[in-house]
Amino acid sequence: MKHAIRISCSRRNLKTVRDFVAGVLAAYKLSDILQNQIILAVDEIVANLIIHSNHEDESKHLDIRVTIDDDEFRFEAEDDGQSFSPAAYQDPDIQEHIRMGKKGGVGIALVNRIMDQVEFATIGNRNFCRLRKRLA
Amino acid sequence: MKIVQNAANDTLTLGLDGELDASSSVLLDNELTKPEILNYRKVMIDCQRLNYISSAGLGVFISHLQRFQDAGVKLVFFNMQEKVHNVFEILGLDSLMTIVPSEQEATAI
Repeated sequence: MKHAIRISCSRRNLKTVRDFVAGVLAAYKLSDILQNQIILAVDEIVANLIIHSNHEDESKHLDIRVTIDDDEFRFEAEDDGQSFSPAAYQDPDIQEHIRMGKKGGVGIALVNRIMDQVEFATIGNRNFCRLRKRLA
Repeated sequence: MKIVQNAANDTLTLGLDGELDASSSVLLDNELTKPEILNYRKVMIDCQRLNYISSAGLGVFISHLQRFQDAGVKLVFFNMQEKVHNVFEILGLDSLMTIVPSEQEATAI
């Protein structure tokens, strides 16, 4: 079954998305840790899309779709903001971040470590981010 | 996110209540940025009611850790829920920050 939600690009909607994913996952009786990890990965992607791709422009929207099929969680976000270039992404050196007092830049590292598959694609002016995670 | 402050002698305890995400972490950042916080010998973070942390919340602690260390202020986390501790673990932050199980142990540091 496909679950979908559309949100405007405001940080305030992060909680709405987390609650939406928690609602979808509720039926699957996952461990606290696994459920939290999946919600976290989605939150990180959505926060990046809201803040970096769409510059918190509340007139813009994200379309979010979640399915669970054959014990696999699948997430897709679609927007028309600035596309993310995974090729330019470097895994952060956390000790260096501490030395420099850096505030950001560890979200995608969390997503990469949690999810089995992380994919960014751009088709025309639409960007898609897709995540996959085995649940069992 | 609510932050309950309790100052006793040379220790400041911040009790975090709620979820620390890209929206709410600004509040915590404002607290930790205050210059007078460096007058304490220790800042203890009570995580009992912290139900969620994202990279934005972690980033607040990451960005202040060195400043605290340079000023001789210890940053100690206690009462952390397993699912929140797991997020620290994923990035290896559990070995770079001081996280203890109980308030008693945090006080003893």
